[in-house]
Formats: sequence, structure tokens, C-alpha cells
Amino acid sequence: MAVMTKNIEEIQNEIIDEFDLLDGDRESTIFYIMELGQDLPAIDESDKVDENIIKGCQSKVWLTTDFVDGHVIFNADSNTDITKGLISLLIRVLNNRTPQEIINADLFFFDKIGMNGVIGSQRSNGFASMIKQMKFYALAYSAKG
Amino acid sequence: MIDVEQLRKEFPILSTEVNGHALIYFDNAATNQKPKVVVDALQEYYDGYNSNVHRGAHTLADKATKAFEETRTLLQEFINAGKSEEVILTKGTTEGINLVAQTYGRMVLNEGDIVLVSTMEHHSNIVPWQLIAKEKGASVIPIPISEEGEIIFEEYERLLSDKVKVVAVNHASNALGTINPVEEIIQKAHEVNAKVLIDGAQSAAHLTVDVQAMDCDFFVTSAHKMFGPTGMGFLYGKEELLNAMPPFLGGGEMIKEVSFDGTTFNELPYKFEAGTPNIADTIAFGVAVQFINKWGRENIAAHEKALLDYATEKLKKEVPTAKIYGEAQNKVSVLSFVIENIHNYDIGMMLDARGIAVRTGHHCTQPLMARYGLEGTVRASFSAYNTFEEVDKFIEGLVRIVKMFG
Repeated sequence: MAVMTKNIEEIQNEIIDEFDLLDGDRESTIFYIMELGQDLPAIDESDKVDENIIKGCQSKVWLTTDFVDGHVIFNADSNTDITKGLISLLIRVLNNRTPQEIINADLFFFDKIGMNGVIGSQRSNGFASMIKQMKFYALAYSAKG
Repeated sequence: MIDVEQLRKEFPILSTEVNGHALIYFDNAATNQKPKVVVDALQEYYDGYNSNVHRGAHTLADKATKAFEETRTLLQEFINAGKSEEVILTKGTTEGINLVAQTYGRMVLNEGDIVLVSTMEHHSNIVPWQLIAKEKGASVIPIPISEEGEIIFEEYERLLSDKVKVVAVNHASNALGTINPVEEIIQKAHEVNAKVLIDGAQSAAHLTVDVQAMDCDFFVTSAHKMFGPTGMGFLYGKEELLNAMPPFLGGGEMIKEVSFDGTTFNELPYKFEAGTPNIADTIAFGVAVQFINKWGRENIAAHEKALLDYATEKLKKEVPTAKIYGEAQNKVSVLSFVIENIHNYDIGMMLDARGIAVRTGHHCTQPLMARYGLEGTVRASFSAYNTFEEVDKFIEGLVRIVKMFG
């Protein structure tokens, strides 16, 4: 397992810098998110089951986790590329962290890159559901110790 | 033909920008835009003669009542109903169907009876029937449709029996655009003494509706799909049926006399219009009907048909990975499709970035989507104010999306 060199705040700042390059252009932003989505490795078809679906998302989003050496590993997939792109950003920030780091994470990049205005309120609610579900898993693993 | 440039001037929203691009509004089957005269009518009512209808002994009340009732007369003429009392003002198509299901349905449905609906119904023409059918031990059975999206008439005839009490079908499908052969459907239903409700949400602004020629028992539609306000619509019902039906909602206006020994009900149409009605929107609805009359339904339909044919041809030619759903012989201006490897939501978002508004998803027709094994489609639906240049930009947008992600 690669050792994380950047902390949660640093990765978020990196994402903010990348989106800054798009200069607030809506179409470029959506295209970029879709490209990120297409780059996210697909999960096994056998994991695309109802119990892995994140509730509260308009599109279908499946999230699975592993717990390796005290770190949470996230895998996710969706039927739409934009949604995949959105969760890929969260995975980039939160993957391979300790449960405590995930629980305490202050996720500010979404607001900073103005994503709410791009993806609309329904998808923003879905994004909040993704964060909630990821933190929920972290909480469950922290209880396991 | 319609002078589209002139017509567009009546709609302030059409000269606005969305996301830095001139708005191209292709979500007309969901709701269409409002001409200034309709919005002005709302303001004039509230600023000039706001008053309750049918009861005040003062000038404002009289003026409001006249304007309110004029809409009923306009609607009667618009659908060629025999009497204005047969026009019941509602909140819209959904309320109209619920009203009929909860009154006529409640009156006639018994254990083992059947309500026939088509597979391409909007949820609002399925769920109200399921609610009453469940209560009565009756069942709601779908009429199968072909791959092209047309009712399979032999299957319909096979399903008809003396158990069928109601047939509820749309005049035109919101998800496919199919125009259903309602006259033949009604005639066959009447042969087994079933009554027919026609959901006209997608037809009233696009097709000429003559309820007497059609011989439907009930016809429902919504104002907001006819250039009118939201939360407004009407139900047409044959007088003898409306008279036989129990009331739907109780309250003021719908009564003749109230006592604790028993209450008698008002005459049509007021029997079905409990409470202070939506006066402002009713008056504005009348203005919307006059607007349609002014431009002419035949002219509107001809322009929309030309747009649909142009867009359909162009989509097939320039986006070969698109598959169109709804290839019926007769269609209203709805173009529903999917594109290989790109989800309909993503297409909708990318078009929106260029100011192009389309609908994506299941269009409140999940059984229809299941029939085709689809999660949803992209739907472009055209109105009289849309242009061929807008269709060009829409197709250009799709070509670009396919190049990037297809």
C-alpha cells in the first residue's frame, strides 16, 4: 500500500487548482468531471447490488469498502459518468485514510470549485449523500478498532 | 404558416441567456413558456379586481366572476363541449384523473372489475386507478404496445370484456410522442359499456380536440402545457355522468344547503369545485386559450410537425449511435432517444451547459421504460416558438458530445 504523502487538505487544494485552470467554463468543467468519471476503474458487476447503493442519489451509485492496515479503501461506480467523476474526487481525497481522518475531514473543495452551481441542487444533495455514506463506513470501521 | 419571429416576441423568457448561451427551450412537454399576455392577466387581476367569485354583491366580485366564467366558456368552445357546465376547473391533469377515479371509479368498480390503461401512460394515469382498484378489489391492466410505440389494437380488443369499467389512455404520449387512435379506442370501449377517460396533457396545445366527435366520457388536461399557468387545468365530463357521480371534495361553493341533518349539493359545475378556486390562474388560463386561438392550432401543429421531422432526420443522419424511441406513424413533437455509451443524465447536463434545456430520465413512465428495458431517455419536445436554427444547435451539441464521450 502506497504511503499517502499529501493530507486531506493538500489534496483538496490540488483539486481546487486543477478546476481553476478551467476558468469557470461550465462545459469544460462538466467535460472534465466526465473524464475523471471515465478514468475511475469499474467495480465488479457482482458488487452492483442494492445494498451497496448510496441512498439519496438521483443516479445509481455503488460504494464498496475494504479495511486494510487500519485504512479505509473505497471503490465506487455509477451508471452516469458525471456522478462517477464526482465520487472519484471524493475517493481521491478520502481513500486510504484512517477512519478518524475520514470522520474528521472538513471537505471544502466542493464549495470552493463552485460545483453546486454547475451540477444543480439535486446532484449536490446526492454529493452530500456520498460524503455521508463514506463517513458512515469510516465510523463503522472505527468502532471495530 | 406561423411567423415564428413574431411569435417569439410574445415570450420574454426566449430572449434570456442560460449559462452564457441564448436559451434553447426544448422541454415543452414538461411545461411550455408563457406569453406576456398571460403573465399580464395575473397582474391585472391582482392589481385591478382581486375579489372572490360567485358570492360578493359588489362590482369587483362581479368583474372577477365574469372573467372567471369566461374561461369556462372559452374552454367549452376550445374542446367543443356541449355545455359549459361540463367543464370542471381543476389543479391540472393529475387532479382531474384523481377526481374521476375517486368518484366515477368509486361508483362503478367492484371486485373483479378491470381498468384498462395503456403501457405508455404517465404515472398520473396509472396510480390514481391503482389506488381505487386496490380499495375495490379491481385490477389495472396495461394494454400492450408495439416496438414502434403504438397500442396493439388486437390486444386491446382481446382485453375488452364486460368486466372492463373504465379505459384510461392518453391522447398523445409524453415519453414517445405517439398520438393514439382515441376515437377507435372509445368506440370499442363503448361496445362493452366501459367509459373512457382521455388524458389530454400532451394533446390540448398541439392537436384539435373535439370531445363530442371523439365521444370520450372524460377529458383532462393542464393549463401549464398550453401556455397557461401552473396548478391549473380542467376536466370535461359528460353531463349525465357528472350528475350521477358523488362529489369529490367537500366545502364551500359545492353545496346547495347544509344542515346537521344532511347536506345537498350544488349543480354542475360547482358540485366539483369546492372552496375558493384559483381565480387568477383561471383567468390567465382563458387568456392562454385565446392566445392559442389567435395563432391557430393547425398552424402551431404544422410548425411543430416540421420541426419534429427535421430534428428526427438530422438526428438519424448526424448521430448514428442514437436510437429513437417512439416511431409511431402519428406523433406530436416529442423526440425521445438514447445514445450508445452515454447516460441520458450526462447528455442533459452537457446540453444545459450550452443553454439547451431537454428532459432526461423516465418521464414519469416507468412501466413504459421497463417495456423497452430502459432507465430513461433524452427527450426534446418542441413548441410553436422553436426554430430550425435551434434544432441545428441542438444536433451540433449532440455531435460534439458523441465525439468526446461516445
